Amino acid sequence: MSDAVLQVEGLHKAFGGVQAVADVSFAVSAGEMLALIGPNGAGKSTCFNMLNGQLAPDSGIVRLAGRDIVGLRPRAIWRLGVGRTFQITATFASLSVRENVQMALYSHAGRLRSLLSRFGAAFQSEADALLDQVGMLDQAERACGVLAYGDLKRVELAIALANEPRLLLMDEPTAGMAPKERVALMELTARLARARNIAVLFTEHDMDVVFTQADRIIVLDRGVLIAGGTPQEVRANPNVRAVYLGSTH
Amino acid sequence: MTLASFIIQLLNGLAAAASLFLVSAGLSLIFGVTRIVNFAHGSLYMLGLYGAYSLIEFFGRTPLGFWGAVLLAALAVGLVGILIEVLVLRRIYRAPELFQLLATFAVVLVIKDIALFAWGAEDLVGPRAPGLSMAVEIMGRRIPAYDLLLIAIGPVVLTLLWLLLTRTRWGALVRAATQDREMVGALGVDQAKLFTSVFFVGSVLAGLGGALQIPREPANLELDLAIIADAFVVTVVGGLGSIGGAFLAAIVIGVAKAFCIGIGTVTWFGFEISFSKLTLVVEFLIMALVLVVRPYGLLGKPQAAQRAASEPAPPLQVPSWTFALVWLALLALVPLVADRYATILLTDIVCFALFAVSLHFIMGPAGMVSFGHAAYFGIGAYAASLLLKRFGLPMEAALLLAPLIAGLFAIAYGWFCVRLSGVYLAMLTLAFAQISWSIVFQWDSVTGGSNGVFGVWPSAWLADKTVYYYLALVLCGAGILFLWRVLFSPFGYALRAGRDSPLRAEAIGIDLRGFQWAAFVLVGALAGLAGAVYAFSKGSISPSSISIAQSTDGLIMVLLGGVETLTGPVVGAAIFTWLRDAVARNTEFWRAVMGGVILLIVLLFPQGLVGGLKALVARWREQRA
Amino acid sequence: MLTRNRLLAGTAALVAFSLVGAANAQAPIKIGELNSYKVFPAFLEPYKKGIELAVEEVNAAGGLLGGRKIEVVSRDDNGNPGDAVRVAEELLSREGASFLIGTFPSNVGLAVADFAKQRKVLFIAAEPLTDKIVWDQGNAYTFRLRTSTYMQTAMLIPDAVKLKKKRWAIVYPNYEYGQSATAAFKKLLKEKQPDVEFVAEQATPLGKIDAGAVAQALADAKPDAIFSSLFGPDLAKFVREGQTRGLFKGVEVFNLLAGEPEYLDPLKEESPDGWYVTGYPWSELKTPEHTKFLNAYQAKFKDYPRLGSVVGYATVMSAAEAIKKAGSLDQEKLVAAMSGLSLITPFGMIQYRPLDHQSTMGAYVGQIGVKDGKGYMKNWRFVDGKDALPSDADVQKMRPKN
Repeated sequence: MSDAVLQVEGLHKAFGGVQAVADVSFAVSAGEMLALIGPNGAGKSTCFNMLNGQLAPDSGIVRLAGRDIVGLRPRAIWRLGVGRTFQITATFASLSVRENVQMALYSHAGRLRSLLSRFGAAFQSEADALLDQVGMLDQAERACGVLAYGDLKRVELAIALANEPRLLLMDEPTAGMAPKERVALMELTARLARARNIAVLFTEHDMDVVFTQADRIIVLDRGVLIAGGTPQEVRANPNVRAVYLGSTH
Repeated sequence: MTLASFIIQLLNGLAAAASLFLVSAGLSLIFGVTRIVNFAHGSLYMLGLYGAYSLIEFFGRTPLGFWGAVLLAALAVGLVGILIEVLVLRRIYRAPELFQLLATFAVVLVIKDIALFAWGAEDLVGPRAPGLSMAVEIMGRRIPAYDLLLIAIGPVVLTLLWLLLTRTRWGALVRAATQDREMVGALGVDQAKLFTSVFFVGSVLAGLGGALQIPREPANLELDLAIIADAFVVTVVGGLGSIGGAFLAAIVIGVAKAFCIGIGTVTWFGFEISFSKLTLVVEFLIMALVLVVRPYGLLGKPQAAQRAASEPAPPLQVPSWTFALVWLALLALVPLVADRYATILLTDIVCFALFAVSLHFIMGPAGMVSFGHAAYFGIGAYAASLLLKRFGLPMEAALLLAPLIAGLFAIAYGWFCVRLSGVYLAMLTLAFAQISWSIVFQWDSVTGGSNGVFGVWPSAWLADKTVYYYLALVLCGAGILFLWRVLFSPFGYALRAGRDSPLRAEAIGIDLRGFQWAAFVLVGALAGLAGAVYAFSKGSISPSSISIAQSTDGLIMVLLGGVETLTGPVVGAAIFTWLRDAVARNTEFWRAVMGGVILLIVLLFPQGLVGGLKALVARWREQRA
Repeated sequence: MLTRNRLLAGTAALVAFSLVGAANAQAPIKIGELNSYKVFPAFLEPYKKGIELAVEEVNAAGGLLGGRKIEVVSRDDNGNPGDAVRVAEELLSREGASFLIGTFPSNVGLAVADFAKQRKVLFIAAEPLTDKIVWDQGNAYTFRLRTSTYMQTAMLIPDAVKLKKKRWAIVYPNYEYGQSATAAFKKLLKEKQPDVEFVAEQATPLGKIDAGAVAQALADAKPDAIFSSLFGPDLAKFVREGQTRGLFKGVEVFNLLAGEPEYLDPLKEESPDGWYVTGYPWSELKTPEHTKFLNAYQAKFKDYPRLGSVVGYATVMSAAEAIKKAGSLDQEKLVAAMSGLSLITPFGMIQYRPLDHQSTMGAYVGQIGVKDGKGYMKNWRFVDGKDALPSDADVQKMRPKN
């Protein structure tokens, strides 16, 4: 797959002798929504954290647009065009919604080191455009600390889009949201991803969301990839059925 | 040291560690569960000593009288702890982080004067322990039998605490709360009861630590502050919330001190090195070393998010520049209408205001609490003094170079500090401040040692107090306005962002440590400016300008005014300095009065003075609308 | 009309003048006093009583400068030199104090002395023991009452020399007072007894001595004698640990200040018998000037005086005598009056030496004894301060010329 934005090969990670992730390989292409699923403790978070630089793999290769990013810090990986949202939202609570997005824009432009200019004067329209896209423009003046959870998720998405990423990493993007909101958020994500040709890798618990929004799905169990393919293929895969039926019932 | 003296000094260190462990274990418990930095813990220790003294006098010096008194004193101190928790702290748990520190500081002042009133100023030498007054011969040396008992008490209490924490429901709750306070609340546990009981147990430990010292230490009024710093050091070196860690750390520090004394003066390569002088600072050296290598202490675990305890910080309001300029103009008019002393008091206030604002910048918006901010104030003051007196620089040059030197120290200290977070960071700043203090204190030939530097007067054109006041107003006012301006710059926003969510900051490419380091240097330099201006206004400078007391004053000013507002620190500095000036006129019990006033403010305005006033104004507006 | 106006104006002026004049004659003379009351309460509470007694006596005797009463305005300086300088300014400019007295710790005393020099006002340092305040850092406006570190150390030297002990161990609180005492002791003893050896030296943090470890370290050095300048809680802890561990067996101990009631009384039955000390054997002094002071003090306060009481009393008496001699509150006249001023204190006649502004107040040197569960001073003798000072030439070398 030469047009892969993210390419993962033979990723390994063990914690004190316990293999958390073993020989995981996959790829995501531009404009594609790839869901990483698996039961609790399957190694999804470990896998994710090795992609975004928070955890160093024991071995394996992670390539972003052909460039090896293993060993880079999260902020360096962001600079290469990777946007992130978190399982538990991480926004700047004392800053307004617009300022949150502006922060990312300032950072992207390398303009945070100024001591005397007023923050907020620049990138207003860019921030508002992003907020408009996620439907948060009407709340731009409010502090993130007082927002509803679903709104925070959308702010995170706007932040994640601020550096014109080629790849979005979304860890449980709909956790803690109402079912209706979930589908809406991921539909929005899918629309934006396709429009901007962004590769999206996300983990998700809600199978409705996964099977309606993902282009492809990969399934992790006990650290090992057991299946991968289109939603229909994965749905039909007996291994997947065994894992899910076995672990949930 | 011979082998024999090595062993004996080891035993001495272990004996000294016993009480330190008890006090620190109590502190660690209280902090672990309530997240309160309890300054008054040392006062509880002191009350333990006084209480034991009086009870032994009352019961008589029999074994039963002695041990009964020790236990009863500990329990009584536990009740005092409950009183403090119920009457004061319970009312302010929802206040911004660290605000409770202000309340406990006030309690320290009050308890000190109560003790002075109840027991008088004279040191009270307690009796020896009946039946244990003799010495035991070990390797040809005599060691007090009581010390051997203390050595045994440490592990016994450790075991009892361990059983209490691991084998009881209460212990399970305490451990859970130490890990994650929110969760315990969510589990439906009565938090108030849990906190009160933890305060009781922690206070009993402090009281017991004190009472057990009665045969070794005269009850006196300096004990509270003498022990509190050490107890914090032990708690942090051991790892917050870790009782075993506190035990280990108490032993490490107790033994290290004993060895410093045992080694005494040695000559290496023709240099005389006095290890006994190191006892002044050895615990802080150990703390700095431990924290640099192990950011969570010897046995501590990474802390759960600190901020969870309180609401997220509210957004800062952009200061109104007209407002600031009007105030500056008003302040400039003061010398025309008020007397000479008003100008002098205001000069102090202006210096402390910049000091407090610089501390607020780092602990509020930047989210890095500093317990050792006096380091930069003091280094600035000393740099200015020494450049003038030892290097013969003109006063003006010394004044301008001093902040740069303070900034240089901040570069070095900050590099280590920004690698830590929360109370560990705060304690590392304290360690650096104390190390700086001890160097200033001991380096007679350069810094004038404990006396300090004299004759640090400004140039002739600034000699007049009014003119100097204007200089202070311009320099410190400019410093304050500059810091406020920076807070609303991209740099300042990045710091606030990093405080709100380090995870998100990193995820959008912000090099948070770099920004924090730069902030550290910036406020270090400005605190240094405040120190330099202060030094020339006094004509002399002494180690007290770099002491724990100076750092504490800064914290009190910031918290008193309100850490979540911009003008809070300025108001806090003014009120605190003015209060001290006004209250200290009555030399009798001014500390208690001061403590009472602060307590009143704490209870009436849990967001600090400015925060509280703003809330009042907001409510009034709502009612009118 | 004109004349009437003139008359009115004249009358008004006359009335105003007489009012002001009368007010002046009645207004008390204010003396600014500052001290670290809350930091050293054990010493300073009795000190304050001494001040009160002196003020009462001066005023009962008709006041000064033609019947004006004196009033001592006290402030707490928090033990902090920066605060002290501010408070000193407040006393002068807001309270209208004529000059300054007081202070306890060396750094505060020195800071106020430097301030007095800058401000050109008289300052009588009451308690600071530091030698620097009259020597290395001495200035024209500062005078010091108390027997200094050097003087008290020098007073102990004859006894130390007499004992002919070779191996000396030293322990001192780690700040200027302890350091100067140690330096002076080593220098003076070495001069008189060149073969002396200093086998161990322990500098302990003030108020935080690890007494057991220190006692052990000193014992390990096997000294014949010990010189200590500990006081307060440090002293009490050292005494107890040393006794339990047998440190003092067969070892002579010299301890500055330990005979002062402030530090001796708390030791009670454990007062170390036979130690050579400087101090104040208040119950045994029979001189008329002391008896008068003692009776007045006990009558007023129903308590016995401590050394602090004498210092407070003598400081105010010095100030009163200076005003009397100067006949004015003019600073230069006051300073001129202080220089060479002689007066009677509870410790006898003292003089503020013109040479260095140090008073010749003496101290009592003796040994500690124990009776009825209390420590006291035995075999004591009074040493006049002027016999414990270095030569004039040496002093001149140390003191800056101004």
